[in-house]
Amino acid sequence: MSDRSNIRVVVGMSGGVDSSVTALLLKQQGYDVVGIFMKNWDDTDEFGVCTATKDYEDVVRVCNQLDIPYYAVNFEKQYWDKVFTYFLDEYKAGRTPNPDVMCNKEIKFKAFLDHAMSLGADYLATGHYAQVEERDGQHVMLKGIDENKDQTYFLNQIPKDILPRIMFPLGGMDKKEVREIAKEHDLATATKKDSTGICFIGERNFKEFLSEYLPAQPGEMRSLQGEVKGKHDGLMYYTIGQRQGLGIGGSGEPWFVVGKNLEDNVLYVGQGYNQDALYADGLEASELNWLVEGDFTESFRCTAKFRYRQEVTPVTVEPKNDGTVMVHFDEEQRAITPGQAVVFYDEDVCLGGGTIDRVFKNEQTVKHLA
Amino acid sequence: MKRIYLDHAATTPIHPDVKEAMHQVMDESFGNPSSIHHFGRESRKRLDEARMTMANSINGHYESIIFTSGGTEANNLAIFGTAYANQDQGNHIITTQIEHHAVLHPCEQLEKEGFDVTYLPVDENGLVDIMDVKHALRKDTILVTIMFVNNEIGMKQPIQMIGNLLRSKGIPFHTDAVQAYGVEEIDVEELKIDLLTASSHKIYGPKGIGFLYKRDGLNLIQRQYGGEQERTFRSGTENTLAIQGFKKAVEVLQQERDERIQHYERLSEQLIQALNNRQIDYAINGDLSKECHVPNILNLSFEGMDVEIFLTNLDLSGVAVSSGSACTAGSIDPSHVLKAMYGEDSPRLRNSVRFSFGMDNTEEEMEQVADRIENIMNRLAMNN
Repeated sequence: MSDRSNIRVVVGMSGGVDSSVTALLLKQQGYDVVGIFMKNWDDTDEFGVCTATKDYEDVVRVCNQLDIPYYAVNFEKQYWDKVFTYFLDEYKAGRTPNPDVMCNKEIKFKAFLDHAMSLGADYLATGHYAQVEERDGQHVMLKGIDENKDQTYFLNQIPKDILPRIMFPLGGMDKKEVREIAKEHDLATATKKDSTGICFIGERNFKEFLSEYLPAQPGEMRSLQGEVKGKHDGLMYYTIGQRQGLGIGGSGEPWFVVGKNLEDNVLYVGQGYNQDALYADGLEASELNWLVEGDFTESFRCTAKFRYRQEVTPVTVEPKNDGTVMVHFDEEQRAITPGQAVVFYDEDVCLGGGTIDRVFKNEQTVKHLA
Repeated sequence: MKRIYLDHAATTPIHPDVKEAMHQVMDESFGNPSSIHHFGRESRKRLDEARMTMANSINGHYESIIFTSGGTEANNLAIFGTAYANQDQGNHIITTQIEHHAVLHPCEQLEKEGFDVTYLPVDENGLVDIMDVKHALRKDTILVTIMFVNNEIGMKQPIQMIGNLLRSKGIPFHTDAVQAYGVEEIDVEELKIDLLTASSHKIYGPKGIGFLYKRDGLNLIQRQYGGEQERTFRSGTENTLAIQGFKKAVEVLQQERDERIQHYERLSEQLIQALNNRQIDYAINGDLSKECHVPNILNLSFEGMDVEIFLTNLDLSGVAVSSGSACTAGSIDPSHVLKAMYGEDSPRLRNSVRFSFGMDNTEEEMEQVADRIENIMNRLAMNN
């Protein structure tokens, strides 16, 4: 093994099992590993203890087990300005934001990368399930081999030129293996539960959390035909395709959210999982980020995902002059949601992605989905 | 890479003589000082000798020393103990904005319990104005607690003037002297101090031991109940091992104090000179004049630097320094001391570090520290 002790790798450590094993693997490979905990959110639990403390203490324990130095960095301000403000703005606009995508773009692979570089790092490593590989002289991002955990969807907005400085040591493993390694080495986080949901909300009730920041405006629930079906608590609490929490009784198939009308504060609902109103055959996306070389001015064929943990589906991408793209699906897709990411793939290579702005069917904007 | 420790205001290594004294106690004496047999008397004798050493070190009486688990406990005992003992006479307490958390947090707790606390401001050099103390005094003021030397910037407060003022009014005066005890000759009679906190691990003694000086006759209510040790003020079997270490540390301190002060002065000058020679820009937080500053603490602001990046880089290059205080999640909170001095918006809150010198440091190390700072700055400049 070549001497890697002069190659410094800063590992973003969250106190979870994935980043713990990331640090362990790099340490085993002989790198000069430095663990850094990011504090992005200021909150206290019911005992007045900062909620980040427990996670930080896990980072401390793991780093001591690995005998690597650890530090913390505070990005609360950047997180608030770049991620949380976006998060609220999107909800205000009646869309469903993806704060994880924004956090990767603005914090983990920007502010944090800069921080790592300022510590003399050669690489930044995280516990994401994705891979970076050199192919024909260019660094590309590949899906993690654990299809179920692949996180390239959330990484679609990171800039291409940083890929040579990024390591994803878990990309070639599945989650089970990662847990096993953690247990084998008796890491303090080996049996720690995976975090779920949005990091700053944590285990709390989403509705309650959001209502602390945005005034809820209750309104009518209607069918697309205009029939009033009940009341909603505020459009921001609902997302396209959602079934839970509508409270519409009666006979027949269950009811689903099929759209929103922000102007009139109406939540559209419809019956049946596979109802027509939930299906579309195209979308328009903006804020395109490409992770491979190319000028992307001509139409091309590839596959795409419209949400995390979804199978890819074949599409045609048609770039437009204004920098946005039209995406035509080979087959109609269910519950395409404005504000979420569309991410493109060529086999296992993540080509990049954008933010869904509008949804189409038969070349017409699906108004209730806009 | 040779590691250089410049965080002696946080804690000091154990002096070899202290280590030896503690080893000796471990071998020779383990008895409980309260026991009425031979083993107890052996231990009690050493405890009494140590108490005498502590008392003499500040010109206090033998009975005036209450051993505690350290500075924090002594501060808590002084503040809560005095507040509760005097609450029938008033509920007003005066302190400053730049105290250690072991003073500020007890005061905040007392506020929650209905006491009224005045937090005096400081000037740009971190000094309290005696006139501010005077004007803050009220009929119902029952305690004034003002630190002797600030732990972040090393500024000495006008203790003598405050002591004179308060004694003339009959108001109890407590001073947290944890940072002063290792560098200042303290005479509680002359300075008119009623309560004084000292700690062992800042003067090359072991952790977990300190004392509260309490002037004879001053009212104080204990914080814990039990076997009535320390004349009931601090129940619990005495930490005899640590007390012997503390005693030795004080004895060595008394022999070496002048030598230490000169050593710290040389180191501080050397570091400043070394930074100047390398044309590294910095600003001094506070005022280094001898009459108001201790030589072992040097707090510098580096324009354009981010403290988290700087501290991490320094540690990665083997230099241990500190800044303000770390929050429980490891990130660095802006210093409340610098905030009181320079205002909330001052960039100094985010770009300052504290160097604190010790007997183990050499002048050569100061050159190396300056070299490493220069390297870090050059690399950061290249990154940008």
